[in-house]
Amino acid sequence: MKGVRHYPGFLPMAVACLIILYAPLIVVMIYSFNGSTSITTWGGFSWRWYADVFTGPEAPRFKAAAWNSITIAVLAATTATAIAVAASLAMIRGGRFRGKSATFALINLPLMVPEIVVAVACLIFFTTIGLTTGYLTILIAHITFCIPFAYLPIAARLQGIEDTYEQAARDLYASRAQAFRLILLPLMMPGILSGFLLAFIISLDDFIITNFVKGAGMETLPTAIFGSVKQGIKPNIMAISTMMLAVSVIFVTLSYLVNRIGQRTRA
Amino acid sequence: MKRLLTTATAFALLSGAAQAEGTLSVYHWFEYIPQELVDKFTAETGIAVTIDTYDSNESMLAALKAGKLGQYDVAVPADFMVKIMTDEGMLDTFTTEEMPNHGNIAPQWMDVYFDPGRKSSIPYQWGGTSFSVNRDVYPGDISSLAIIFDPPPELQGKINVLDSQNEVLILGSLYLGIPQCTTDREQLKALNDMLLNAKQHWASFGSDTSKDVLVSGDAAAGMIYNGFSAKARAEGANVEYSYPKEGHVLWMDNMVLLKDAPNRENAIKFMNFLLLPENAAAVTNYAAYTAGVTGVEPFLDDAIKNSPENNPPADATPGVFAQACDAETQKLYDAIWTNLKK
Amino acid sequence: MAGMTPTPKGNGTGYRSLVGPLLLPTWVVIGIFLVLPVALMAVYSFLTKEFRGGVIWDFTLAAYDQFFLNRGLFGDEPPTLEWTYITIFWRSIWQAALATLICLIVGFPTAWFIATRPPKARAIWLFLVTIPYWVNLLIRTVSLKFLIRENGPLNESLMSIGLITDPLPLVNTNLAVQLGLFYSYLPFMVLPIYAAVERYNFALSEAAADLYASRWVTLREIVLPVVKPGIIAGCILVFVPSLGAFLAPDLLGGAKTFMIGSLIDEQFRGSQGNWPFGAAAAMILMTLVLIVLMIYARAQTKGEAR
Repeated sequence: MKGVRHYPGFLPMAVACLIILYAPLIVVMIYSFNGSTSITTWGGFSWRWYADVFTGPEAPRFKAAAWNSITIAVLAATTATAIAVAASLAMIRGGRFRGKSATFALINLPLMVPEIVVAVACLIFFTTIGLTTGYLTILIAHITFCIPFAYLPIAARLQGIEDTYEQAARDLYASRAQAFRLILLPLMMPGILSGFLLAFIISLDDFIITNFVKGAGMETLPTAIFGSVKQGIKPNIMAISTMMLAVSVIFVTLSYLVNRIGQRTRA
Repeated sequence: MKRLLTTATAFALLSGAAQAEGTLSVYHWFEYIPQELVDKFTAETGIAVTIDTYDSNESMLAALKAGKLGQYDVAVPADFMVKIMTDEGMLDTFTTEEMPNHGNIAPQWMDVYFDPGRKSSIPYQWGGTSFSVNRDVYPGDISSLAIIFDPPPELQGKINVLDSQNEVLILGSLYLGIPQCTTDREQLKALNDMLLNAKQHWASFGSDTSKDVLVSGDAAAGMIYNGFSAKARAEGANVEYSYPKEGHVLWMDNMVLLKDAPNRENAIKFMNFLLLPENAAAVTNYAAYTAGVTGVEPFLDDAIKNSPENNPPADATPGVFAQACDAETQKLYDAIWTNLKK
Repeated sequence: MAGMTPTPKGNGTGYRSLVGPLLLPTWVVIGIFLVLPVALMAVYSFLTKEFRGGVIWDFTLAAYDQFFLNRGLFGDEPPTLEWTYITIFWRSIWQAALATLICLIVGFPTAWFIATRPPKARAIWLFLVTIPYWVNLLIRTVSLKFLIRENGPLNESLMSIGLITDPLPLVNTNLAVQLGLFYSYLPFMVLPIYAAVERYNFALSEAAADLYASRWVTLREIVLPVVKPGIIAGCILVFVPSLGAFLAPDLLGGAKTFMIGSLIDEQFRGSQGNWPFGAAAAMILMTLVLIVLMIYARAQTKGEAR
């Protein structure tokens, strides 16, 4: 039984894969606790760079950037998720209709067009219509490219839910809205949460598009970090990176748990 | 959907409204103003300052043209760029009555060709651009631009070049003895060929990285601004700034009042603030260049005043300022730069 | 996927009549903020450039002319084919393809290995591979740069164990860019292949083994055709973003040689300020990607037909 699954050399490759993926992150994590001001020499364990992030000379900049990043990610992910829920209901439960495959292509378009192209197109568009680049333009761009990321898990979840539950509810004289709110929505919830989390992290992650459409004095965490890193990798950047790493781990764990709950409810 | 858009708009308006009351939006070079000075301005006036940075005169111009004009109050272009921006109608003017400290401008920087009488700009700092060499790697003679354009074996593949069209092309022209803004095809071809040949010895292009690569050892030599080299030395790199025999680039950075500045009055307050000798000196002590304001001497750190980067040897070849070429000639230089970067 | 669900959808639950309103937000948002901008970008690629940024609304083929034809430094020689930008594109395609290949070589065994673990171990492995996928790409690129720099931890440790005597000059080379692309998009390769292998029916391999096929013959003849969709999906997920990558060339390659992403960026945010040319380069990039995706779509429908 085990024989056909085993290939010599695959285990070392998998281990190598993990080492490649983790070595840079772990090194940066370790050096974020470096007490020395120089990034090349080890000066003992210290929390000083974490303190520096919150109270150092660059603290106001990073705080503002973090605030922008988080609010944009929440607003963009919420909006994109709402749009994606509506779209998935039409696409999965709407039967056949004209323009369905075109709509499917449209939803996935942000995934297919290279990021740098989206960035250029948005910059040209906002400049041409005279919309001042800033918070709003970043938000609009983020909502747009977050839609497919929110849509995919939601649609996958909805596809797995048979409509017998709702039909039963409708047979018992529940209105369409009631059937949706009381039956379908709770069943969809794991997919919606996954979609939201994915959209949130994609928005938080974006650098290229944001860098093109941000306005004067507007930074998100990635653009602020990029600006700092250009002048050399400083220890406080490693501290910020480690904290963002922690946020990512929390998110993966969350989405993992959501999926587990989802699997249980599906069974 | 509609409600969400309204919420988003309200959000944007809200932050916009907060900005109109006592803020200032500065478009500045990287690492060019000490945070303490900005804090001091805020403490004195209650005006909150946001700063975005750029890494070359050309990219600043490009960003302003890409819809950022009208978002920033002030920017800090070099001499030739002030001329270009004036010609493009991108600058606003002020009167000396609006700016009580206008008289502090050093006389030699008052009637400059790019802004006679200083109606749109004030001097920020001036300095030079040539190159620095890590003396641990290369102890030999560094008195020629050949270090960058025809480097000795020890430095080949370890050179960082500024990502700045203007400075690279002028230094290249100086090396070949070609005048600026030439239209002579043979000379331009020679410049093009020389640069392409030199590029194989370069490790990277970067302006904002030019200090860090020397400090970290990623590069052993690099084109750099004199003050930035002084900072590299202060951060522990054993680098020496060269005043090459072929000459070097001189520049004066100026804070300009941008057209359609959202906070014009605050911008003028800020410029006036920077004309106070002690504040101009604070910038100099931080950035290690030279101020264009009279009366700064008592406030300067000795280390800055006497730095080798700021005090060329008596027999050094004098530097040259960039000329603003006409658009037709500029196209030729643009072509050389594109050719070099591709 | 749809074939797995037994009951026909959309008849009894009443969403059919709501299709229009439900899809309206999607159409409006993606239509106005993506399709329209891309169309506008196409228009811009035919406009005249203004000196250092911006455009003049005069239609011209100048941007494409500049891309494909070389008229000499002064623009008055007889036109020959311009290799500059084709080379940049070719280099980007080559590097993206190579990154895809390396990701496949490392990613496939990893995905296979994970999919053949017992459930508990599988969950842990999967969790470990997923985390980097969620970590900010900028942070990962910066971390890699820190690791491989001249006096960085990698060189120091290699030197201290005596493998090398001089630090490897990795940063600011094409090799570093290559490494960066591989590192950035490796999880994109592992996850879809994993999903395909997980669904693979190992009875097929056992049958092959019973017929005395060796492991590797089985892998080539039986497994690969079955998990091919996962492999192709992984390849596309690595290839497409690698093609337009900006961070890896800029941070790891020292911004010395252009890749497609940095070439386009330079036209808008750098010293060139040539918007029509940047728009034209972006159009050409998008066309390339769409061609790749179309080949993929055709291969998929063919596969389903078989």
